[in-house]
Amino acid sequence: MQHIKQLLLGDEALALGAINAGLSGVYAYPGTPSTEITEYIQSNAVAKQRAIHSHWSSNEKTAMEEALGMSFCGRRSMVCMKHVGMNVCADPFVNSAMTGTNGGLIVVAADDPSMHSSQNEQDSRFYSDFAFIPTFEPSNQQEAYDMAADAFDLSEKWQMPVMLRMVTRLFHSRAVVCSDAVAAPERPLSYPEHTRQWVLMPGNSKVRYKEVLRIWQQLQQVSETSPYNKYIDGTDHSMGIIASGIAYNYLMENYPDGCPYPVVKISQYPLPKAMIQRLAAECPKILVIEEGQPFIEDRLRGIIDHGTSIMGRLSGELPRTGELTPDAVRLAVGLPALSRSDASEIVAPRPPALCQGCGHRDVYHALNDVMAQYPNPKVFGDIGCYTLGWLAPFNAIDSVVDMGASITMAKGAADAGQHPSIAVIGDSTFTHSGMTGLLDAINENSDITVIISDNLTTGMTGGQDSQGTGKLEDICRGLGADPAHVRTIDSLPRNHDQMMQLFKEEIEYHGLSVIVSRRECIQTARRHAAAAAKKQSKA
Amino acid sequence: MKKDIILAGVGGQGILSIATVIGVAALQEGLFIKQAEVHGMSQRGGDVQSNLRLSSDPIYSDLIAQGAADLIVSLEPMEALRYAAYLNPQSGWIVTNTVPFVNITNYPDMALVEAELHRRPRVIAFDVDAAAKEIASPRSSNMVLLGACAPLLGIDTDKLADGIRRIFAPKGDNIVEANIAAFNHGLNVAKAVIK
Repeated sequence: MQHIKQLLLGDEALALGAINAGLSGVYAYPGTPSTEITEYIQSNAVAKQRAIHSHWSSNEKTAMEEALGMSFCGRRSMVCMKHVGMNVCADPFVNSAMTGTNGGLIVVAADDPSMHSSQNEQDSRFYSDFAFIPTFEPSNQQEAYDMAADAFDLSEKWQMPVMLRMVTRLFHSRAVVCSDAVAAPERPLSYPEHTRQWVLMPGNSKVRYKEVLRIWQQLQQVSETSPYNKYIDGTDHSMGIIASGIAYNYLMENYPDGCPYPVVKISQYPLPKAMIQRLAAECPKILVIEEGQPFIEDRLRGIIDHGTSIMGRLSGELPRTGELTPDAVRLAVGLPALSRSDASEIVAPRPPALCQGCGHRDVYHALNDVMAQYPNPKVFGDIGCYTLGWLAPFNAIDSVVDMGASITMAKGAADAGQHPSIAVIGDSTFTHSGMTGLLDAINENSDITVIISDNLTTGMTGGQDSQGTGKLEDICRGLGADPAHVRTIDSLPRNHDQMMQLFKEEIEYHGLSVIVSRRECIQTARRHAAAAAKKQSKA
Repeated sequence: MKKDIILAGVGGQGILSIATVIGVAALQEGLFIKQAEVHGMSQRGGDVQSNLRLSSDPIYSDLIAQGAADLIVSLEPMEALRYAAYLNPQSGWIVTNTVPFVNITNYPDMALVEAELHRRPRVIAFDVDAAAKEIASPRSSNMVLLGACAPLLGIDTDKLADGIRRIFAPKGDNIVEANIAAFNHGLNVAKAVIK
């Protein structure tokens, strides 16, 4: 078979691996660091020619369910999300192990240790373990490519979804990847052999749950012989090392001539128990190096029940929080730190900021000027570029929790007696998880003002299509909002006074109101202008 | 051959285009490459960096260890200093633009920044923006800076120029030649410093 070598991001390697393995559909909501997987499939020539599904979904739950529906019909599907998206799709994710799959189903969980672009550093391996879903954890871009096909095969063999867990540093790092020149054909339509388990009524689920546990036990055996899990013997048995996923690289970086200690490299879960027990039998102490939370370290204590000393993030040899580095691993294996140049004491932090010419700026300027007229206003924010409104010079919002929480928290605050109680939410976040909360507020005519700062895109992740574009007012009215209190304005500096007046009027109205404040994202506007100019010059 | 490079700047300045050219040239040379990038929130005017690693042998870590970088290449002077501890104390070079990008209120005094840069043993620092404007166009600052670090990359400079041609070809011959001129200017500045 012919091969191609090219420089690919981890996201792109995984996407290409899925296409070459006969993918029929990818489902996703944009979220750093997972966004580029779907974007790659959207622009890939084979995917276009085959019309592989790649339209964005409204949120991770709808994406997961859509992918499960495609799997039900025998085709290979993939759903991609950032780690906190796992919380949004937890219901269908956990239950996809109960239904099982038909066509191969890969769930890509993009973890973000060190919170480069996220609100927490939760580790998705806890989810897959909890749901009894086997998991791959690539350690480099080539493995990300290779594992896509293997994950589909594993999924189809065991009729279970497979999680593919990676971290930011691997998603957003490029390396040379060797790929097949020709994509395997898509799978034909076919229906599940066992139909009862797809109807999760208690009677069916009780039967299926025992089967899920039986499969999980067998998958442990599969992990023992997986080519992705390796026992690499060493000459010095004073310590054994377990390194999973990308952490293996940080270990080997420190031993260019080979690691002297025995190493168990883990890239497939459930954990290979026997391999770990062998390491424990041969070494008096074990260092666990893993990216994210101490998942393996925590579980070792149930696998090794004699006197082996276990070291890692929990015992302090490695930092408890944040991303691993070659430096942290160097110290943990007992090597001295490299000599460094002097750090500079004068460097100031440079936090991100809203772009010049961004409509969110106009919303916050007007809102702040109105809020100054009230003794104790509260503004509940949400997830997106406009989260930056918390920073100076705006300091405009009081909370940011999760997708959609602006509206529901504002409602809860109003229920408690707060006024003004304002929600600021972006258009894409609104259709992701704001609409259901708005329905709650409409049904009780809650005394809140919801400002949808509509920039016609999913801005923070780089400008993907937003599912509510052109429909926001209709959606609000359709949910039952009073049309007299669904108002629209353009977010522009010259509209400052009108924006203030509109905000003030709706705050003074003691019921539910929605203000759609609209202006195209400056980044996508520039891109659209450049594309239009190019088109014109060709014509 | 092994080069560990930290590319630095402010979100939006375009450090990744430098990495792209080096990546294309390195791929052509048959080198192993790892290039860790920053996407997402920081791209909105925050500090951004990319760890670029080139080697004739397989590379494990996507990240560079502190004290191991051969080169810090920065489009902004304070951003060059942010990663100073990563520089190899015996042999590491800093190649940086001297034009500050001031989008924060507590930006340090420029005299201090310059003093901090020049107390380090191996530094190439000049007004990259002015050079770009004079030679080609303000948008070619990146290629001036690439030229200025070219003698330190361990890659044939002709291969780098080929990389520029390949990447800018879709934009037309004028853009290609402007960027090549910018690259050559940076290269001459560096040669005068390194000798």
